[in-house]
Amino acid sequence: MHVPDGFINAPTSAATGVIAAGAIAVSLRGARRELDERTAPLAGLVAAFIFAVQMLNFPVAAGTSGHLLGGALAAILVGPYTGVLCVSVVLLMQGILFADGGLTALGVNITNMAIVTTVVAYALFRGLVKVLPRTRRSVTVASFVAALVSVPAAALAFTVMYAIGGTTDVSIGKVATAMVGVHVLIGIGEAAITALTVGSVIAVRPDLVYGARGLTHKLKLRVNGELVDAPQAEPEPAPVAARTSHRKVWAAGLAASLVLAGFVSFYASADPDGLEKVAADHGIDKRAEEHAVADSPLADYGVEDVDDARLSGGLAGVIGVGVTVVAGSAVFWAVRRRRSDSTSPSDTTDTTDTTPSTSTTSV
Amino acid sequence: MTDVTPSLDVAGLAFAYPDGHQALFGVDFSVARGERVALLGPNGAGKTTLVLHLNGILTGGTGTVKVAGLPVGKQHMAEIRRRVGIVFQDPDDQLFMPTVREDVAFGPAAAGLKGPELEKRVDRALERVGMAEFKDRPPHHLSFGQRRRVAVATVLAMEPEILVLDEPSSNLDPASRRELADILRSLDVTVLMVTHDLPYALELCPRSLILSEGVIAADGPTGELLSDEELMRAHRLELPFGFDPRSVTMGA
Amino acid sequence: MGAGHAHKLYRHGHSPVHGLPPHTKLAAVFAFVVVVVSTPREAMWAFGVYAVLLGAVAYVARVPAGFLLRRLLIEVPFVAFAVLMPFVAEGERVDVLGMSLSVNGLWGAWNVLAKGTLGVAASVLLAATTELRELLLGLQRLRLPPLLVQIASFMIRYGDVITDEMRRMRIARESRGFEAKGVRHWGVLAKSAGALFIRSYERGERVHLAMISRGYAGSMPVIDEVTASRAQWTYALALPCAALAVCLLGWAL
Repeated sequence: MHVPDGFINAPTSAATGVIAAGAIAVSLRGARRELDERTAPLAGLVAAFIFAVQMLNFPVAAGTSGHLLGGALAAILVGPYTGVLCVSVVLLMQGILFADGGLTALGVNITNMAIVTTVVAYALFRGLVKVLPRTRRSVTVASFVAALVSVPAAALAFTVMYAIGGTTDVSIGKVATAMVGVHVLIGIGEAAITALTVGSVIAVRPDLVYGARGLTHKLKLRVNGELVDAPQAEPEPAPVAARTSHRKVWAAGLAASLVLAGFVSFYASADPDGLEKVAADHGIDKRAEEHAVADSPLADYGVEDVDDARLSGGLAGVIGVGVTVVAGSAVFWAVRRRRSDSTSPSDTTDTTDTTPSTSTTSV
Repeated sequence: MTDVTPSLDVAGLAFAYPDGHQALFGVDFSVARGERVALLGPNGAGKTTLVLHLNGILTGGTGTVKVAGLPVGKQHMAEIRRRVGIVFQDPDDQLFMPTVREDVAFGPAAAGLKGPELEKRVDRALERVGMAEFKDRPPHHLSFGQRRRVAVATVLAMEPEILVLDEPSSNLDPASRRELADILRSLDVTVLMVTHDLPYALELCPRSLILSEGVIAADGPTGELLSDEELMRAHRLELPFGFDPRSVTMGA
Repeated sequence: MGAGHAHKLYRHGHSPVHGLPPHTKLAAVFAFVVVVVSTPREAMWAFGVYAVLLGAVAYVARVPAGFLLRRLLIEVPFVAFAVLMPFVAEGERVDVLGMSLSVNGLWGAWNVLAKGTLGVAASVLLAATTELRELLLGLQRLRLPPLLVQIASFMIRYGDVITDEMRRMRIARESRGFEAKGVRHWGVLAKSAGALFIRSYERGERVHLAMISRGYAGSMPVIDEVTASRAQWTYALALPCAALAVCLLGWAL
């Protein structure tokens, strides 16, 4: 998914460059909050890790293999800000050193692969962790879902950029279907490896998993035969009552949006007339399509069946939810932060109205 | 010696890792200025954990550590870390800059040294470990023994109060091992050497501590400790085949 | 980095291009690529001139054509994508060899191929004539946020170390008879990845310890600085300026 030069026109590339620069600036500040002065070496080593892991090919089926993008993994393991930085640096060095991804497309690549993946994955992950019971298994499950959605979300973001600044007239529907379709497949691999990796880290060093902070329990020390409480390193976050009410809010919001988006988009795309009409509008030449696809390494880009379209429509809906959850939670957190800055953090009942709104996500 | 503040003073130190594994169970000892002390112990005795407490890298347990009278804690951290020079076990961790010169210069440059003064400090530190001609090489092109010597130089360039070496002889061939011993003997700083290389401890350190199962199990002259077969067996410390500490004359 | 150290893409040499300060080269390549991307796709001759310009740079830098061409292979996935374009794009269609192709798609494919290839070639030339250490100094000089440069420099310093650890873990797996064949083995690979993460993170912590124990407080002390003379800037910027002239002509004609 490393976009080369010339794929997206100059103005759009410049605009995404500005977006990427802004996001990196925010992340630089945020990473210092996450890691304080340890930022440079830790983020550097995690970037080296992501770089190495991208070379770890996992076999998908006979003959083919995929590799990890690592955005979701980075976000869950080291936090969203550091995650953005790590993946951005990897992309930057890949662009300059290996010519992998164009220099002018750096903004596009960073926005898609560093920002969208980490932010979507992390927001979804946090949402799920809040909703699910507080166990390690939930963390693994949440990682799976977050990684699964993050990859097609990046594909969707690419489609949006293509719609704005693509240099060729390919219908956006087609680009979206192809990109999302392929990346759902990639996302499954990404999700499995991400979840298993997070799971294996949590088993050994639960304290290293940024996204699972708060699941660790109090340490007991034995000093000369006596048990002593270890001094509390970090303060307890929110009071329990407040947390449960957050959980309810999150649960309701997520469930409602998933149901709506999933079902609505599924039935919307299940309408065969609509689909055929879309296909006709796109002027798909079936034969040419099949011919082009026959032995191209990108064979998956051509998938155009009704079933697949329906499926990908539904998935696009779920991705939409992911994006909406991000937006919703941004508002939610902003409100909560401001409130806890000004008054006591215990009162959260009013924040219900900032839960992700759901109706807009259907496709 | 009691009226002089010891270089290092550790009292009641206990610590457990976040996964619940407890490594230290109440450690007490002190090291006087100018002493060379070996900290001996089998694998998993908590040696490295202890080292990480000496400059406040690990905290959150109980007990205190004082370096030249300064308690290790948030308020003196910068000063503590300048005074305690730790040479880590893996020189790759220590040599993080692109060239040897930049790596040795890192510490003094961070302390504000510049220009010719900085160059002089770098040259002197590299000379003391005999690595002056490798100044412009990238660290990962050096042999393991050379990297370890450069690692010592990076710390020496800081002019520390106490030099803490974590397994300094590990992975060294006999020649590099001897070269490093010569270098260490030539330095006039307090040295705490963490090792399970007993002949090396005997060669370099008049006094030894035995750390076993997270507590100091013995403290005394190295030769005496190594000759006490029962003590050695009890703490899984074994001398190499054919090595008799009683027959060795110390060349401090 | 010092003598002898080279990444796989670097070709050691003493050409005038090798000798230019890194930040001038970075700026030149970036400007060149921007100019290429802004050129109208209909001005086919302009892309030919760009290719000749790059060829001249490669000649001056003594980078052999074979090396350059091999490095261009990185582009292959997008070539495939470009090949697909004429089939799926909209608009007016022409028949070529019995296949119905979109004119617009053909232009699009040409556009992506030409610009993408020139972009890759320019980056490859940059990487082939600039050492890693210099690239980082150049980025720093071009006012990339210092923290970002630090992260990049740590990534590069430890990239080899970590890839090496990964390789050793693979060898350990394989010498115990394990071979990743399919989905069933993802778990094992992920465990390796998890272990690799823990090792990387812990190494990061140790590196950080080594840094703070030598007085690091958030910013790297400046030990080396690169500077460029006016002549060197002029020399480096000759490439994008020539390209800009071509581009303007391309719009005018």
